[in-house]
Amino acid sequence: MFEALSTSVLQHYWWIIVSILAAGFVFLTFVQGGQTMIGQIAKNDSERSMLINSLGRRWDLTFTTLVTFGGAFFASFPLFYSTSFGGAYWVWILILFSFIIQAVSYEYRTKEGNFLGTKTFDIFLVLNGVLSTVLIGAAVGTFFTGSNFVIDRNLITESQAVSQWTTGTHGLEAIWATYNGYPSFIVNLSLGLAVLFLSRVLGGMYFMFSIDSKEIKQRVTKALKKCSVMFLVFFLLFVGLILTKQGFAVDPDTKIVSLEKFKYLHNLLQMPIVLIIFLVGVVLVLFGIFKGAFKGDDKAFWWTGAGSLLAVLALFLLAGFNNTSYYPSVADLQSSLTIENSSSSRFTLVTMGYVSLAVPFVVAYIWYAWRALTRKKIDKEDIENDSMSY
Amino acid sequence: MSEHLLTALVDWSRAQFALTAMYHWIFVPLTLGLSFIIAFMHTLYVRSGEEKWKETTKFWMKLFAVNFAIGVATGIILEFEFGTNWSNYSWFVGDIFGAPLAIEGIFAFFMESTFVAVMLFGWGRVNKKFHLWSTWLTAIGTNLSAIWILVANAWMQDPAGTVFNPETARNEMVSFASVVLSETAVNKFLHTITQAYLLGSFFVIGVASWYILKNRHILFAKRSILVASVFGLFASIMVAVTGDGSAYNVAKKQPMKLAAMEGLYNGGENVGLIAIGIAKKGDDAVGIKLPGILSFFATRDFNGYVPGINDLLYGDPDHDIPSTQDRMFSGKIAVDAFKNYKIAFDAGDTVAAAEYKQLLEDNYHNFGYAYFEDVEETVPPVALTFYSFHLMVMLGGYFIFIFAVILFLSLKDKFANKKLLLKLSVLNIFLAYLASQLGWIVAEVGRQPWTIQDILPVQAATSGLQASSVQITFFMFAAIFTALLIAELGIMFKMIKKGPNLNNEEA
Ligand code: HDD
Ligand code: HEM
Ligand code: HEM
Repeated sequence: MFEALSTSVLQHYWWIIVSILAAGFVFLTFVQGGQTMIGQIAKNDSERSMLINSLGRRWDLTFTTLVTFGGAFFASFPLFYSTSFGGAYWVWILILFSFIIQAVSYEYRTKEGNFLGTKTFDIFLVLNGVLSTVLIGAAVGTFFTGSNFVIDRNLITESQAVSQWTTGTHGLEAIWATYNGYPSFIVNLSLGLAVLFLSRVLGGMYFMFSIDSKEIKQRVTKALKKCSVMFLVFFLLFVGLILTKQGFAVDPDTKIVSLEKFKYLHNLLQMPIVLIIFLVGVVLVLFGIFKGAFKGDDKAFWWTGAGSLLAVLALFLLAGFNNTSYYPSVADLQSSLTIENSSSSRFTLVTMGYVSLAVPFVVAYIWYAWRALTRKKIDKEDIENDSMSY
Repeated sequence: MSEHLLTALVDWSRAQFALTAMYHWIFVPLTLGLSFIIAFMHTLYVRSGEEKWKETTKFWMKLFAVNFAIGVATGIILEFEFGTNWSNYSWFVGDIFGAPLAIEGIFAFFMESTFVAVMLFGWGRVNKKFHLWSTWLTAIGTNLSAIWILVANAWMQDPAGTVFNPETARNEMVSFASVVLSETAVNKFLHTITQAYLLGSFFVIGVASWYILKNRHILFAKRSILVASVFGLFASIMVAVTGDGSAYNVAKKQPMKLAAMEGLYNGGENVGLIAIGIAKKGDDAVGIKLPGILSFFATRDFNGYVPGINDLLYGDPDHDIPSTQDRMFSGKIAVDAFKNYKIAFDAGDTVAAAEYKQLLEDNYHNFGYAYFEDVEETVPPVALTFYSFHLMVMLGGYFIFIFAVILFLSLKDKFANKKLLLKLSVLNIFLAYLASQLGWIVAEVGRQPWTIQDILPVQAATSGLQASSVQITFFMFAAIFTALLIAELGIMFKMIKKGPNLNNEEA
């Protein structure tokens, strides 16, 4: 069946898959957001332990989604994988580092003989929460503002890197970069901070959803109000900026990349489905915030969660579709990556198309297992009686 | 980039890859092996309903969880390191290599992480049947991830199912089945997976033996040993069988690696296998030889021909082996044809373009040789490969023997009074880890300088980074992984000391 699709359709299909994984990842960063709130919400060890255990049964889903996102991007758009990871080296290394220290922290924090001490592992969790969300947000921000690289495929025979990054800071410049006087870094940072605060909003809502404790709920709703305001400020700033800024347009015939005023606004208007996805997403996020922060509804998590999935999906589609460069180069416009010039071969896209049919099945069993484990809310006794708890 | 700077970058990138992969590999085999042993025990519990099996299962599960977490932590960096440090590689073969990595994520990693959670936290929360299923699915999930990553690794050693596309300047996949089902991939998977079962078995036997030595949890220990020694004996035999299969594949696809494994410079017919020996620089290794065995390993014929390093470097026309000089020459023709093809193609000269394309195709199997100046550059480190291989094989022979002894004595219920054997069992854990690491050294060091056999050498595969950046991240990973390893060992030792949670009659 995938053989019947044109290469361009396959490229679009794979961009949607990658975007869904990215959206899933942002939704799942409720784990990271939750990690940054533990110190603020918990007033004693038993509460702390409840919070950590509620996240602890789910932490690896976020992690695994990131890994799969990397793998899927590699398989479908290898030139992005090689250019971005090899070029924006320091940003990705820091992100990966923060996940390395997260992966052991739950399991090791309270175990005897853990060498570094509970405190250290708790700090690791906070570091992961802050670094990963802000940096990934900023890295995705560069999808709209551009990065500094030059690509020359012929260099492969000269023992030189095909993709050369032109700044020595290898990606870190995303947080201070400007382009022709335009403050790109504000766009990057506002997305980074929006992701951080969104993850905290979701984390707080997840605590309400999964933990049975009046005191915790009270403190969470309070924190939710603040985080929601911060999230909205940065998110609206980001959306306002990208919709008014110039974007990186590709001429469908000549493949020449050029700057176009209001490119992302045009994309939104020219792709009504994306516009609808975006608007529904935003409304759901707001509705969830209203329910959670103001009405104390335990199920707010699902509204805001679903909303953030849709909103992120729409942002990715905005960056990649409608003859747009999703990974623009400001050092050399013509090196910019598009879903057309960076994708893998038709054969691989088709093969991987069949593989992608497994995704709904995977989501289904994750859902089933998740339900089986969280049928009942976590309470104090739960933690004390379980020899496996963290 | 100057020659010198490039060498430093390549060396640090290799060092970092080796460091992170070898750390990852400390934890992975135990995950692979232990997950099945736990599944057997869990099955015994669900079948019998006996509390003692439940506590036995739970104890090993806790150790599993500690090891699993750090396996995951060390894995994430590997997944992205192809991009961060081998970006040219990722571009040049990403069309093929990315697929197994993506499939691994979609099929295996989610399966593991989902069902591990149910396995660990399911006690009393989910029904018994679903819980047992989860334990089995965890084991299957870990083994699935092994399949895909090993397919990826095998493809680098034996790049099947691929063609070079001069228009896109990269390799493209033409047959998924050839990539996944290449003999190298199948064999590599079987060898790696069975050696992990072997390691898991030694781990269980070693820990249990320690309890017997301390006169604690005797029944628990005997129970565990019996399960593990059956599994271990089976695994160790399979390791030898599949190891032989690996060597056969290496002989066919990577003759230079085989020559390095045996320290063989001057090949010939009816070549003996060195049982114990010393590698020599520039000349054949010496030692006790088993006549004709290497020929048999490599060709399935005691009189078969096996080329040595010198035969591969300088050619052996009698056996149709081209010299490395010839291959370098052919590689340069391929590179020039590729460049000329582009020029002709851009100029719209389709006739010339087709000719260059043909020339490129005819010489592409030597493409990577164009990067070398000197034939000696194509020889891997011989001594390291040689000793690693021989030590691994010796250990493999010893393991079969020791499992047979342990199983035999356990069945007669005599193992628990053999003090010396019990002590040896503790040591065996370490030996299994050693053999496992040595195996990767054989496979990876032995294939130097290639990242993709005959197509792309290491110096053309790196990212455009400063060597100093990679140096910093090398030390960053060395520090954090070492700290985490110490933490893991500390926790493991404490847990083992504490022992399983058994009631009196069982203890
Ligand atoms: C033969 C088996 C094998 C081999 C050769 C490797 N791994 Fe591995 N890997 C596993 C078998 C495994 C495993 C047993 O399945 C682990 C250990 C703990 C776990 O979650 O799965 C794992 C974990 C693991 C994880 C974390 C998975 C998660 O999110 O749950 C990643 C990203 C990788 N690996 C990636 C790699 C890469 C890129 C490798 C190549 C250099 C590699 N592994 C070698
Ligand atoms: C987990 C077990 C592994 C170990 C212990 C291991 C070990 C090593 C070592 C020691 C090197 C450096 C060799 C040298 O510089 O002399 C290396 C390089 C490398 N290995 Fe592995 N390796 C492992 C698995 C893999 C796998 C599964 C893959 C592919 C998926 C892989 C791909 C590479 C690459 C790309 C390099 C760098 C290029 C090169 O030096 O050839 N390795 N590995
Ligand atoms: C009994 C005799 C054994 C033989 C003949 C043997 C043979 C081999 C060969 C030829 C390779 C290289 C494959 C390649 O380069 O592609 C290899 C790799 C390896 N061996 Fe062994 N081996 C034996 C025992 C063991 C034992 C006891 C262990 C560990 C407990 C082990 C672990 C490994 C590992 C992890 C690899 C790397 C993965 C791979 O390339 O398959 N081997 N072995």
